[in-house]
Amino acid sequence: MSILARIPKSPTQLPRAALALQGRRHRSAPAYPGHIPLNAFENAFLAVGSGITALLNPRRGDMVAALGETTGQCALPGLLDKMLSSPEGRRVLKARPRVNTDTVSLPSLRALPANTFGNTYVSWLDRTGVTPDTRSQVHYINDPELAYVMQRYRECHDFYHTLFGFPVSVQYELALKVFEALHFGLPMAYMSALLGPLRVKSELKAMLLRDYVPWAMRVAAECKPLITVYWEERWEQDLGELKAELGAWDPPVEAKWGKKLTESDREAARRAKAAAAESAGDASV
Amino acid sequence: MVQSVFSNVASRYDLMNDAMSLYTHRLWKDDFVRHSLDPGRRGPLNVLDVAGGTGDIALRILDHAREKYADRETTVTMVDLNPEMLQEGRTRFKKTMYHNTPQIDFVVANAQELPEDTFPSDSADLYTIAFGIRNCTSIPDVLKSAYRVLKPGGVFACLEFSIPINPLFRRVYDDYSFSIIPLLGTILAGDRESYQYLVESIRKFPTQPEFAQMIRDAGFTTGEDKDGKGGAWRGLFGGIASIHTGVKV
Repeated sequence: MSILARIPKSPTQLPRAALALQGRRHRSAPAYPGHIPLNAFENAFLAVGSGITALLNPRRGDMVAALGETTGQCALPGLLDKMLSSPEGRRVLKARPRVNTDTVSLPSLRALPANTFGNTYVSWLDRTGVTPDTRSQVHYINDPELAYVMQRYRECHDFYHTLFGFPVSVQYELALKVFEALHFGLPMAYMSALLGPLRVKSELKAMLLRDYVPWAMRVAAECKPLITVYWEERWEQDLGELKAELGAWDPPVEAKWGKKLTESDREAARRAKAAAAESAGDASV
Repeated sequence: MVQSVFSNVASRYDLMNDAMSLYTHRLWKDDFVRHSLDPGRRGPLNVLDVAGGTGDIALRILDHAREKYADRETTVTMVDLNPEMLQEGRTRFKKTMYHNTPQIDFVVANAQELPEDTFPSDSADLYTIAFGIRNCTSIPDVLKSAYRVLKPGGVFACLEFSIPINPLFRRVYDDYSFSIIPLLGTILAGDRESYQYLVESIRKFPTQPEFAQMIRDAGFTTGEDKDGKGGAWRGLFGGIASIHTGVKV
């Protein structure tokens, strides 16, 4: 779908976005756990502040998340409408599934046959060392349903990695950001896609432009809206069949894999420590 | 809760103070030491700087006494409940000429119950507490402790946030406090709750006349219940901060 088609033609197409940014003075009550209501001025202040901080220090994941949330108000209603237009998307909105090691049973996914989406996902997690537990909570989006859409977008990022077989090195993340920017329309994705390559070495940038960007642009335009996919219903589906159904196809160049990340080991150690502390607490009671 | 707040903010404390007050906290502290305290004018002092934290006041006292009165005998004992804040203070002092001299000392203690063995009664000439008393659970206990520790003729001086008197200015100040400060905490320190706490603790603090009465109830003699010369307190920047003083007779 072209970008021009997404620009709203009349104010009646805007109501939800307009409601999301209110000019009130007094603080409203939180609409969902973790919600921090901001008025229009505070939203703008945080957008600018988090943008500067995220550029200067990309390791501040909380600032990157805050930037995405404070600038996402324009694109999220469109994504919500896409979900509402599809029966599968409506099922996702009704059930509001979350993706983390408590809701997704990784051992049962490992038991699935190798060609399935579920098994490919868990193999990808094992191979890269990523864990789904490190996605931050949404705080700054006022409408609870839009907040869920943002949360869902954040948590499904790893599924797109699995779909295309991408590792987590910077050039593949940028290729995925180009795909997400054009497919979902979120300003944060556009910002990352445009500013991210500035920090990347020139040979990787050339590789990105030559091999992945043209592909990402075409797939983003032609595949079925991925925000509507109920991924948790498709663990047992064959990966090739899933890709055909979604209208997604592989990039023309094979991905090169690097070293494994430590985040899943660190997260597992943190959970073990928390569980041990809790059981020690229970024992002393 | 106060402990955890200050452990969280310790390393970025000075940065956050500069950002939130747009550097004006430095002016307030300069004013406090130069005009309200003027240490060294009548000879060397034994100073107790309570809730001293990162050492802003302690350092200013020693520098003022040295530069204006050539006083190298004034001693400051920095007291704080939070070891991390005191450690930041030690690090700050290591960069100065007072490190490893008898002029500065650091003690972890609770301002509400200063232990008698470390802080004997009638031993201090000056007791200062800057931007610390609002975090204490029981202000009367802090004031009683201060009274015990001070010598007769000793001065109690407190620099603390207060509420501006002008209603229009107060409205601007409220908007700034509740909107910008927690966001600055989120952006600079990644910690919204601690700065939300700080802003709310300012609102919970007694008004200037109420606090002056509490100081008198602890046994101190203060000026009249008014702002400025001859008064029990002196407002700074339209009342955003106030300096309360009292003397133990």
